[in-house]
Amino acid sequence: MAPLISLEDVSKIYRMGEVEVPALQHVTLRIDEGEFVAVMGPSGSGKSTLMNIVGCLDRPTSGTYRLGGAEMGGLSRASLAEVRNRQIGFVFQHFNLLPRTSALENVELPLVYAGLRTRERQERALRALDRVGLADQASRAPNQLSGGQQQRVAIARAVVNEPRLIVADEPTGALDTRTSMEVMQIFQELGAAGVTILLVTHEADIGRCAGRMVSMRDGRILGDRRQAPLRADPARFPLPAVEASA
Amino acid sequence: MRAATLVRLAGRALGRNKMRSFLTTLGVVIGVAAVIAMTAIGEGAKYRVQQTFEAMGTNLLIVLSGSSATGGMQGGFGSQPTLTWDDLRSIQSELSAVKAAAPVMRTASVIQAEEQNWTTSLVGTTPEYFQIRNWSVSAGQRFSPEDVTSGAKVVLLGQTVVEKLYGSGANPVGRTVRIKMVPYQVIGVLAKKGQSPMGSDYDDTAILPVTTFQSKVQGGLTKFLTGAIFVGAVSPDATGRAQQQIAGLLRDRHRLGPGIDDDFSVRNLSEIASAQAQGTAVLTTLLASIAAVSLLVGGIGIMNIMLVSVTERTREIGIRMAVGGKPRDILTQFVAEALALSAGGGVIGIAVGIGAALFLAHQFHWPTIIRVATVLVSLGFSALVGVVFGLYPARKASRLDPIDALRFE
Repeated sequence: MAPLISLEDVSKIYRMGEVEVPALQHVTLRIDEGEFVAVMGPSGSGKSTLMNIVGCLDRPTSGTYRLGGAEMGGLSRASLAEVRNRQIGFVFQHFNLLPRTSALENVELPLVYAGLRTRERQERALRALDRVGLADQASRAPNQLSGGQQQRVAIARAVVNEPRLIVADEPTGALDTRTSMEVMQIFQELGAAGVTILLVTHEADIGRCAGRMVSMRDGRILGDRRQAPLRADPARFPLPAVEASA
Repeated sequence: MRAATLVRLAGRALGRNKMRSFLTTLGVVIGVAAVIAMTAIGEGAKYRVQQTFEAMGTNLLIVLSGSSATGGMQGGFGSQPTLTWDDLRSIQSELSAVKAAAPVMRTASVIQAEEQNWTTSLVGTTPEYFQIRNWSVSAGQRFSPEDVTSGAKVVLLGQTVVEKLYGSGANPVGRTVRIKMVPYQVIGVLAKKGQSPMGSDYDDTAILPVTTFQSKVQGGLTKFLTGAIFVGAVSPDATGRAQQQIAGLLRDRHRLGPGIDDDFSVRNLSEIASAQAQGTAVLTTLLASIAAVSLLVGGIGIMNIMLVSVTERTREIGIRMAVGGKPRDILTQFVAEALALSAGGGVIGIAVGIGAALFLAHQFHWPTIIRVATVLVSLGFSALVGVVFGLYPARKASRLDPIDALRFE
């Protein structure tokens, strides 16, 4: 079976005036449908650039990127937006929810651009919120929710249009350990349900939760190995204050 | 994106910054209100001018006899009678552009009633005169062609004369007045006509059959028509044609060869009327364009705020793009917001403008006319302002790079 994600000799070079900054150098990577992959590396290693290209937010300078067998390189901005809408869900470090907009409407957003009617949008958004355990918080605005809850709303938004791929950029970067584990638990559930996940992180604990670990440095892939995923269990992480006193 | 969603989205975005939205809209409100009020006043002024000229008579031409020259002194038009009764009959019957023609002989004379007397302008004419001058009676009736043939001693009084002789509101029909010692029966009162464009009072007059005027007031029948001929053209557009036909006919009848000056003159009043109307139209256009400039300024205000809004909401734009918003979706969203601002301002402006026009009409007794077309055009124009001035910021938003937009702090 053809891989869901296929990067062949992909490079990305940013031009800062006269200087060319290579962010990705000749990266080749294949990810099959249903895999949970963690991309690890220090900042500046190119992992965010990789994520942007895989997420169709950016286009490679050279090389080819295929998603579900289709070449993404030559697509227009509008076509890429459609791919993002139908096939990819995004989770960001800083949640990126629309302020002063209810959780439900935030989750509805991808469906707005999919052209769904209000009623169907609301039904599906509510189901997605239920999946992350926040159905009872649907009418709250982001600033009325905790960080963990906000990230769960963001995950609900990422899955609402039932994408094949979820791309998460440091999704636990702004959360404490226990909340991070709650979020990872949700990712593992999604992975078990067959969704392909590409997760960028620099935290080893988080990377251990994935079934495959790709490590990067200076725009190149250094290591790529499968691993037995660590089950994310928030119960193992008591509140930090308690841990310190123990 | 669906249209209903778009509208709700725009409403919500503007509702978040109510004060800002209101202030932004204010420019368009003032612009549209000014356009509406100015054109209402301008149209009103035009209407008033038209009314004045309609009072004078529709499609009116006046034919005057030529000037006399004695010892090098050129008299004015009418000083030498050159028009004949046959000329009148020819004008009336032979010309296609002429609907009616009437002789108008005029003199100032005293009218005596039982208790009062009044000096007024006495006019001798035929029933066609009323048709040409578009003049009806408010009481009694006009005199008939038979009254003209028989030289009946009947008179029609203008409103001012009635007021001076009998007091305002009196009905003198059936009463007797004396002019130059001759008794006349009042058979009708003329409808009020108001002032002429030059300010004289149309209603200060008394009208008798032309034959009676000749025999009792002027004394003696003559071949020449010692007065003017009022001519009504078949339509306002036909006045120029009628003027040419009359001139041709009279030159022919008076046997004026080439190179000899006219011994008469034809005045075309509709030309003066249209010149006046044109003057007010220019004024209206001028006022409206000044108002349109303020609408333009309002549009620039909208563009300014939309640019601020795009910068403020860069992150939102990034999020929308990431979850599948196409550049076109973003573009429409911001254009819709600008459109909502300007069209909303347009609607409020129309209400304010109509209010202002009605207030002026009431307070200063200015005639104001609000045309549906003006309202629709200014609404359309304000919407256009929104689209035009919203397009640039919206384009800017739609061209943002999603990665940069998401990273924007």
